[in-house]
Amino acid sequence: MKYIAYLFTGIFFGVVMYKSEAASWFRIYEMFEFGSFHMYGIIGSALVLGVIGVQVIKRKNIKALGNQEMQLHPKDKSVARYLIGGIIFGLGWALAGACPGPMYVLAGAGYLSILVVIAGALLGTFLYGVFRAKLPH
Amino acid sequence: MVVLGAVIGGFLASHYMSNITVEINPKVARQLSQDYGIDSAGKAYMPPELFAAENLGDPFVLGILLLGGLLVGFGARYAGGCTSGHAISGLSNLQLPSLIAVIGFFIGGLVMIHLLFPLIFKV
Repeated sequence: MKYIAYLFTGIFFGVVMYKSEAASWFRIYEMFEFGSFHMYGIIGSALVLGVIGVQVIKRKNIKALGNQEMQLHPKDKSVARYLIGGIIFGLGWALAGACPGPMYVLAGAGYLSILVVIAGALLGTFLYGVFRAKLPH
Repeated sequence: MVVLGAVIGGFLASHYMSNITVEINPKVARQLSQDYGIDSAGKAYMPPELFAAENLGDPFVLGILLLGGLLVGFGARYAGGCTSGHAISGLSNLQLPSLIAVIGFFIGGLVMIHLLFPLIFKV
């Protein structure tokens, strides 16, 4: 039952990402050119709903599937890792024109080439593991 | 399971629910075509110049895809989240670290498109 819920959450996510065009390379490019409100509208409306959702969850103490606590821990305090990591992510986001979620959506949409991007991303996470101890956090 | 769902969602949306073009701002589309020779805006969902399977044999294209993915994967792990993790979930929970990360995403994206694209995609 739980897995069906996960599966349908994923399907819904995939359809929304594809149909909203947030998975399109062109939309990402256009966003960084400040050429349209499109992407800002998608992220902005998700954010407004998210803020409301988190507040409702916290105030009513709503539980996750299987009656578990929601995992809404504050993030570790740091500047370096978020700023440097964020910049590296942004460089890739603009170049590949896809962030991690939409990569899988595009794979489903039949873009073979996105598998190369996914392979690159997996390699990136592996390299992070290798260099983790040497990086400022 | 969520990832599997996302793949299925992408399949369903692209095969049964959409025409496959993305109409971006015509000014941006024109600039993309003039400056970088990517003239598929408005005709495709992803630019075939980079995402057509038959271009995978081109080392330049292969390099772009691999490097883009590498930066995304490395950056997402380093920053502890991606667009959904920081920009949406993190900011929804009013986390300052997420705001710093999102500022980083934009610095990276703007540097890539405004400073590095002219060097990478010379026509």
